[in-house]
Amino acid sequence: MPIWLYIVASVIKSVVVLFLLLTAVAYTVWLERKVFGHMQNRWGPTRVGPFGLLQPAADGLKFLFKEDLTPPHVYKPLFLAAPLIAVIFALTSISVIPFGNPVVIGKYVIPLQITTDVNTGLLLILGVTSIGVYGVALAGWSSNNKYSLLGGLRASAQMVSYEISLGLSLVGVLIMAGSFSLTDIVHAQQGHFWGFIPRWNIFTGQIIGFFCYLIAAYAETNRIPFDLPEAETELVAGYHTEYSAMKFAMFFMAEYANMITVGCLATLLFLGGWNGPIFGPPILRAILPVFWFAAKVFAFLFLYIWVRGTLPRFRYDQLMAFGWKFLLPVALVNLVATAIGVAW
Amino acid sequence: MFSVHLILFLFFGAICVAGAVNLLVQRHPINSALSLIAVMAALAGEYLLLGAEFVAAVQVIVYAGAIMVLFVFTIMLLNAGVEEQSKGSHVALLFGIPGMLLASVLLGWVLLKHSGTEAVAAGALPGAPKVIGQLLFHEFLLPFEITSILILIAIMGAVVLASKPMGPSGGPPKKVSE
Amino acid sequence: MVPLSYYLVLSGFLFACGVTGFLIKRNIITIFMSIELMLNGVNLSFVAFAAHWHVLAGQVFVFFVMVVAAAEAAVGLAIIIAVYRTRETLNVDQVNLLKL
Repeated sequence: MPIWLYIVASVIKSVVVLFLLLTAVAYTVWLERKVFGHMQNRWGPTRVGPFGLLQPAADGLKFLFKEDLTPPHVYKPLFLAAPLIAVIFALTSISVIPFGNPVVIGKYVIPLQITTDVNTGLLLILGVTSIGVYGVALAGWSSNNKYSLLGGLRASAQMVSYEISLGLSLVGVLIMAGSFSLTDIVHAQQGHFWGFIPRWNIFTGQIIGFFCYLIAAYAETNRIPFDLPEAETELVAGYHTEYSAMKFAMFFMAEYANMITVGCLATLLFLGGWNGPIFGPPILRAILPVFWFAAKVFAFLFLYIWVRGTLPRFRYDQLMAFGWKFLLPVALVNLVATAIGVAW
Repeated sequence: MFSVHLILFLFFGAICVAGAVNLLVQRHPINSALSLIAVMAALAGEYLLLGAEFVAAVQVIVYAGAIMVLFVFTIMLLNAGVEEQSKGSHVALLFGIPGMLLASVLLGWVLLKHSGTEAVAAGALPGAPKVIGQLLFHEFLLPFEITSILILIAIMGAVVLASKPMGPSGGPPKKVSE
Repeated sequence: MVPLSYYLVLSGFLFACGVTGFLIKRNIITIFMSIELMLNGVNLSFVAFAAHWHVLAGQVFVFFVMVVAAAEAAVGLAIIIAVYRTRETLNVDQVNLLKL
């Protein structure tokens, strides 16, 4: 493929994916407020637009017009840089995620991910997740506020601890697929057995891996039941106490973008990616894989919100004990069992 | 002459050099830590240029994403402030910097003069995870197992060093509240 | 095409910066970070030579250097915390007597 075409295609894909991702972030907030509200027997947003669908737009306008206050005693360079770091690395990891089969236009094959099929795609996502910890830690420290510092340190210690279990739960999938490339992992989950059960990794032995991944993902994205570092009743608001308006919105966006990335990764690795029933005319055949992918990500996000509405939050020492003393051994046992299963 | 490879090498190299010099120049440790993170990220880019994709990913995940997080934690916990200057540090500055400049110029001159101009192609030695894994578990199995024991020793040492001092007569430390 | 010597000069420069930091800095955490910078410089020369001689063992060695650096960072930072607890200072010039 000529280089100019590659660059043009990448730019177009980046623009489209970024636009879709930011819209998805805004409407995930709407979805959460509606679903959470209904679970608590109330309506959620209903006034702004039909079913409250324009609520994210109203929220965005509010954040734009709010006063962006920088308190006087903060360490200004890091205070301004921390939300940028959080949001940049939350949005970067979407660049190696494939959304469907490569599309054939004319005589060129264009993969449906912003980069081409990277050999070590999974490692890149893990690396970007590791760097995202800095946004939280630096925000907490630069705010020059003991609640923010404690919240930031707790949040980053939690994220670093659960990153290990996250990585280990993915290794089971890697052993079964034999490659770090995300497209290969999805291709290894094609087909059915017994005619109707799809050959997704969650059904072919990675169920424990899936639950390890799920729990570690809740802790990585600081969501209930692991959201002590930013709970309002605990530490004022944790690491984003001193932030207002657009900077706070950037932390918010970073959290939801992380949720979406984690959901995309879960569907690629455990729920079969874009594999699903394909039927109909060629244009429908091209769009259906992306539709199945989006449906699975939506189901995963619904599960996120469902868990938020159901469970209470862990205390911090319970949280750390759970991560190190339960989840890490379970992930290790899953890894060993998968290795033995594949070797036979 | 100016291939894309050379331009990328110079780009990442410039970030490395700027980060290393910034580490020396900054007086607050948190700024030094952040410039070191920038150096490590740029080095990961250099490893990618040499084809070592697995090493680049591990550099970002382990070095920039875990070891430096430890450093940043320690700086935050101990509330490290701006460095104080003393007589010893002025002497060190006076002799250290010219000495190191001289040594590094000498080193650079020797390297450039004697290494010739054999070029290393972009992506010269693809280090796919599979091949590195095979090497790790076949030829380097003994070092691999020994490093795992080393990590275990380091974990135990760190836990013992950072725990509270023991109660009187060598019992477990007294708890403040149950 | 980038000559091998360019990679080695960059690696040597990073190492030299690490040694300079080790000599001129007074904060113990910054000294530790200079050691990490030295290790990174050495890693770069390992990978450059591995690419030059087409021997993958160089990249595997980088792996081991990183593991050793991680273990050393963990234990070293624990020592720094212990020193800070007793002496209340992070300045190496003030940690010059065995007696507190």
